Amino acid sequence: MKIAVFVKQVPDSAAKMTVADGKPNWGDAPLVINPWDEYAVEAALQLAEKHGGEVTAVTVGGEGAKEALKHALAMGCSQAVLISDPALSAPDSSAIAHVLAAAVKKLDGVDLAIFGKQAIDSDTGITAAMTARILGWPALTLVAAIQQLDPAAKTVRVERGIEEGRQIVDGKLPAVFSIAKDFGEPRYPSFMGIRKASKAEIPIWALADLGIAAPQSKVSWPEISAPPQREVSNEMITGGSADEIAAKLADKLIAEGVL
Amino acid sequence: MDFQLSEEHRMVQNMVREFTQKEVIPVIKEWDRKQEMAPFILPRMAELGILGINIPVRYGGQGFDYISLGLVSEELEVADTTLRVVMSVHMGLNSMALLQWGTEEQKQKFLVPQAKGEKYACFGLTEPGAGSDVAGMKGTAKRMGDEYVLNGEKMWISLASKAHHALVVMRTNPDAADPHEGLTAFILELDRKGAKTGDIHGKMGVRAGSTGWISMQDVHIPVENRLGEEGEGFKIAMSCLDNGRYTVAAGATGLIRASLEASIKYSHDRKAFSREIGQFQLIQQKIAYMVQSYEAARLLYLRAGWMKNQGVRNTRETSLAKWFATDASFEAASEAIQVHGAYGYSDEYDVERYLRNSKGAVIYEGTSEIHQLMQAGYALGYREDAKLRCELPAYDAEYWQK
Repeated sequence: MKIAVFVKQVPDSAAKMTVADGKPNWGDAPLVINPWDEYAVEAALQLAEKHGGEVTAVTVGGEGAKEALKHALAMGCSQAVLISDPALSAPDSSAIAHVLAAAVKKLDGVDLAIFGKQAIDSDTGITAAMTARILGWPALTLVAAIQQLDPAAKTVRVERGIEEGRQIVDGKLPAVFSIAKDFGEPRYPSFMGIRKASKAEIPIWALADLGIAAPQSKVSWPEISAPPQREVSNEMITGGSADEIAAKLADKLIAEGVL
Repeated sequence: MDFQLSEEHRMVQNMVREFTQKEVIPVIKEWDRKQEMAPFILPRMAELGILGINIPVRYGGQGFDYISLGLVSEELEVADTTLRVVMSVHMGLNSMALLQWGTEEQKQKFLVPQAKGEKYACFGLTEPGAGSDVAGMKGTAKRMGDEYVLNGEKMWISLASKAHHALVVMRTNPDAADPHEGLTAFILELDRKGAKTGDIHGKMGVRAGSTGWISMQDVHIPVENRLGEEGEGFKIAMSCLDNGRYTVAAGATGLIRASLEASIKYSHDRKAFSREIGQFQLIQQKIAYMVQSYEAARLLYLRAGWMKNQGVRNTRETSLAKWFATDASFEAASEAIQVHGAYGYSDEYDVERYLRNSKGAVIYEGTSEIHQLMQAGYALGYREDAKLRCELPAYDAEYWQK
């Protein structure tokens, strides 16, 4: 089986984000692989281990985005590709989906295209579905478990984690997946994987290599602002009895419009 | 001169950090209170390859360099000293000695399973009545045909009750003119008849670890278990310490970092006189000292690691790193408690554990006093390192990774 897994380089979730002049700034905090994508890599590796085949990690970004690919390689992916092009300066989810769909085609023969459920920076959570739409493949999103996968018959049955519970969905391969946290803890990079990753030569594909023109972004982020600081005040409600305190509290809540 | 860690080093660091943050830090306090080693620690470190980090792949290890061992030790001790202690005894004091002194047969028999983490290893030098006075040890090994018969007791042995193999140093020649020359090193399988082990409880620190004793009563071991030559035991033991102390130095550096990070966080969180306490100059002074000692300790152990990579003798530099880092870690942990005030005195916060854990390393693997004597000895020209029959091999990536 041929598996492609898509990862993104994002600011560390522990980084302190500030906003200045409408732009986000996370200081010199390191960029890391999007935590949701680690679940995607884990799923890809488990499927490759079970059904045979190889996993290619793909990302879009600058030279720095190689770090995310190296993390995926160190976890056990067999190869990695960086898509980088000056024409991709501020791509939205749709532009990225066009690029990734073209990458899937160029990789040729991909059976499973696997994504994390969303990226912790832009948080749109729609790239997997958009890529599926462009490829014309089924989109199996928020996958919590893969019950069956038959590479010969090209069928798959997954459990989707939805608010009401689990939804069982059958699909045909090739398909696009987005993986939810319930899938299981991602493995750490192994030492052998780390060595392989640190020595890996990662090929860079430009848009011309993918045979596409720069896709137009439909969404832009003209300005980013931090949420307003909440004003919090404390007040101790006292009284002679619990009933009296409760009555005072209820009056206050009604007066504040909470109830 | 290059002060930058390689990409490989940084990835190793991150991997071990991720492991400790996810699996160790959330539960370590509980095991420290129970005074027991969490049962998952050794198997998990084995499974992740940590127990063979810097042993060549051909001997079952992961093929990383000696600097990686230091970085791993630092990361482990940020979580808890007991994890770094595992690296000190299993790797520094035992497996690296096999790499340095072992015959090919001994490497295959003992080092390979240790590096793979299938067997755990410890080191027995100290006795109930002999610590700094190594040559004052009483335990004996008598040659009888193709065997040695071991009798004696080893004390304060980390992993004594968990390990499968112990490197023990015993007296083989009670009549040696220089008692140092009457000692010999052996690999003892701890399941042999007459060998017993147990744990010591009631320790001030490293309570989530295993510290114990080994008792040997007429334990027969084959001649093939002798490491090095007869009479070479003292030199072997000292070379083991060059490696054990390196992990202790790197680990203590991690303990300084843990104290510093906890103090920074608390200085931002805690308010007094209507501002965060980090705003007060006397708190700042404590933080500044911790930064200073962390950076200095780190440079000292990395230099020792670099020297090991180059295959250059580093007894002096390793001793200096160990002495400085352990003393500084005790100081940093104590000041971290002061920054935390009364809360630091309770085990609700980690800093009291840091202080309790820091004290042991000021005593074992050469007390701070021994290291001062060594440093003065080198400076005054009273002490110099004679060449060893077997030196620790320099790191050779080609050789290590095959």
